[in-house]
Amino acid sequence: MKLLLKIWRQQNASSKGKFVDYPISGIEGDMSFLEMLDVLNQQLIDKGEEPVVFDHDCREGICGTCSLQINGEPHGPDRLITTCQLHMRMFKDGDTIVIEPFRAKAFPVIKDLMVDRSAFDRIQQAGGYISVNTSGNTVDANTIPIEKTKADDAFNAAACIGCGACVAACKNASAMLFTSAKVSQFALLPQGRVEATQRVLSMVRQMDLEGFGNCTNTGACEVECPKGISLENIARMNREYLMASVKG
Amino acid sequence: MGILDSKVPSGPLADKWTKHKNEINLVNPANKRNIDIIVVGTGLAGGAAAATLAELGYNVKTFCYQDSPRRAHSIAAQGGINAAKNYQGDGDSPYRLFYDTVKGGDYRSREANVYRLAEESVNIIDQCVAQGVPFAREYGGMLDNRSFGGVLVSRTFYAKGQTGQQLLLGAYSAMNRQINRGKIQAFNRHEMLDIVLVDGKARGIIARDMVTGEIERHGAHAVVLATGGYGNVFYLSTNAMGSNVTAAWRAHRRGAFFANPCFTQIHPTCIPVSGDHQSKLTLMSESLRNDGRIWVPRRLEDAKAIREGKLKPTQLKEEDRDYYLERRYPAFGNLVPRDVASRAAKERCDAGFGVNKTGEAVYLDFSAAIQRYGKEKALTSGLKDPDGETITRLGEEVVEAKYGNLFQMYEKIVDENPYKTPMMIYPAVHYTMGGLWVDYNLQTTIPGCYCAGEANFSDHGANRLGASALMQGLADGYFVLPYTIGDYLSKDIRTGKIATDTEAFDKAEADVRGRLQQLLNARGDKSVDYFHKKLGKIMWDKCGMSRNAEGLKEAIEEIAALRKEFYANVRIPGGMDEMNTELEKAFRVADFLELGELFAKDGLHRKESCGGHFREEYQTEDGEALRDDKNFKYVASWEYKGEPKDAVLHKEDLVFENIELKTRSYK
Repeated sequence: MKLLLKIWRQQNASSKGKFVDYPISGIEGDMSFLEMLDVLNQQLIDKGEEPVVFDHDCREGICGTCSLQINGEPHGPDRLITTCQLHMRMFKDGDTIVIEPFRAKAFPVIKDLMVDRSAFDRIQQAGGYISVNTSGNTVDANTIPIEKTKADDAFNAAACIGCGACVAACKNASAMLFTSAKVSQFALLPQGRVEATQRVLSMVRQMDLEGFGNCTNTGACEVECPKGISLENIARMNREYLMASVKG
Repeated sequence: MGILDSKVPSGPLADKWTKHKNEINLVNPANKRNIDIIVVGTGLAGGAAAATLAELGYNVKTFCYQDSPRRAHSIAAQGGINAAKNYQGDGDSPYRLFYDTVKGGDYRSREANVYRLAEESVNIIDQCVAQGVPFAREYGGMLDNRSFGGVLVSRTFYAKGQTGQQLLLGAYSAMNRQINRGKIQAFNRHEMLDIVLVDGKARGIIARDMVTGEIERHGAHAVVLATGGYGNVFYLSTNAMGSNVTAAWRAHRRGAFFANPCFTQIHPTCIPVSGDHQSKLTLMSESLRNDGRIWVPRRLEDAKAIREGKLKPTQLKEEDRDYYLERRYPAFGNLVPRDVASRAAKERCDAGFGVNKTGEAVYLDFSAAIQRYGKEKALTSGLKDPDGETITRLGEEVVEAKYGNLFQMYEKIVDENPYKTPMMIYPAVHYTMGGLWVDYNLQTTIPGCYCAGEANFSDHGANRLGASALMQGLADGYFVLPYTIGDYLSKDIRTGKIATDTEAFDKAEADVRGRLQQLLNARGDKSVDYFHKKLGKIMWDKCGMSRNAEGLKEAIEEIAALRKEFYANVRIPGGMDEMNTELEKAFRVADFLELGELFAKDGLHRKESCGGHFREEYQTEDGEALRDDKNFKYVASWEYKGEPKDAVLHKEDLVFENIELKTRSYK
């Protein structure tokens, strides 16, 4: 396959970026998208140029490190996958592919395609936990039975990998899907109910402080989410938030 | 025992840990506030240790190369975590878990450590549930279990195929709680490049900020390394791209002994290599062997026809298939331990029965399970006389609920539907049982330098059983290290803050800068990946699933030559004082190039086959591993003396007081 890549290059957070064209050939359908970028980088290094910087680590769709806005979509054209799971067989010979970093005020560019998503960490630090000591003096795990459907819903919310595709997909750069997934996981479990009121208030407050936009119920986040996190979580968080605000 | 003192407490096996906890020194809460601890790595072991140490009152600094602690590679563990809860009432107990683990490790682990692990396993599940980890449950609301390789009970707790993710997010949330309280300072996108010793004690690290390139000094009263395994020495492995040995290797160069480097786990069920562009390998969880049956064609001509695309696996009749694991190991069948399953796959493929283009793949087939589950589901749904199609549909639904994400992952990579045609799998490097030598307290041979999780050597012997890595990481981090490190730190309550403007730090920083500059100065014409791939090929061909003296000797020579070429001819664009991803890789590969040689040296010296270490010269008539307890019942612990070839061997004899040494049999 021969392709034309249009890649965002930016030296650092304070410099101005621009698209640079890179024609590339010899790409096979079995390669992952990141392996295609590896091929490009190898060619750049061989020419003595600086390789394109992008975030990646596990390359099996679970760590949430990889990002990339590919032809305008977070994680590219396929559904329910991350960029590292996107394969080149999704593209045709002669295609032009536009590759940008995730765009959001709260995700400043570090270099080229790499962005700073530490805002997500700070939202979690604001309350995304159960305040239990970890030295092992808890009750037996089967003391509190949990309805299977609730446990499954909690798991489905907890499956979020924190990649930021929801923010990148949203026209308002809102982090509601991400935040609501964590709020939901704990709200659905009896262990998490104890601190539910304070948790949702703290996490939403931090989310707003980080400069994420508001939710206008478009649903692009759910479509682009590699883990299929459901919009129901946002509805649940809104409910939790309202109840918590009334309670104070 | 020489200079290696395992510090295993005296007394009966089952009482050792409790007795030890009662006898070691504690640090009072007011003094803990004056003590700093550095934790490098934020996976299950590091994240758990950091959270508990901070909760106890110590000041903790964590370091990880990822952009968030939540992304450490523990996140990719799929199948589950073992615990001797005996919720299924199938006769499980801490003793059985201990026994299975020692036997599974082919009698090359330390009894007391493994028993403690089995004992603490129970605690882990309670802890995680309290933290909100959403484990799989049964309809009655109780926790569900499944079975893993090498055992005869169901003791594995799981969260679909994402158990590692859920456990890591649990540890990460515990860390977040402490970050919010100001007790943990998290240094993300930071890489430890050296450990600093003051008067022979670990007193800090030199780290590089990967965004700015700045070299930083961090002082502490103790340093915990929880930096994972070194599987990436093979270039291709199931590890994350960034997983590396640098932190452990730098500690090794400063005096920490490296134990059993040749003990590597090659996991039997991974997606086969598709081409030269391959950057990493993807695991298909061992839990799939609960329901998948492994086979190759019985006849060579069928295998050939399949390879050439003239025949489909689904066209092959039952009697033309060779379910070789069920044939060779009737007692354990498809659930034999990983080392055994991997070797059996290699044996069939080497004999010409491989089923993909390269001849390096076997089938993992779910059709029988789909039918079985379909019939059961039809019955429980009240369907009388369901047709074949309905049974298949219902069966596929059950399989999807159990393994959905794995099947999806497979389909995306291979572009085939595993519900309709069997998966193709092949062994791949997955886990390293070897690592820094630690005593019972998890302390390395450098005082004040501790090592936890996969990075240490302690619990899995020569082969790790499935669902035991998560167990060890969390046990070390939550429940062992926070106790044992207190004993050491109790002597440090009057030390005061560790200053970093000292000669020791000056020298360590200068060393790091010198090494980085040396790499940049080479200005050669080959990329870092070029060398890493070459190293990987030597390792896979000569130190892989089966090894022999000749190949290992060649590997030692070839790796040493490659290392020389690397320093002369590596090309790294950019500079030191900026983000430089090639420089990061080069620093790691430089250390892999030393470790690889020690690995081969260790494999050459161990003239026996045990667990994942299979020496062709030492096998039984039917091709099983032949252990030599008389001469090799010890931990091979290597002391750094300059070049890897000069490393000095120290032996820790393994004493088995509670388990009789037997030939491991899964027949």
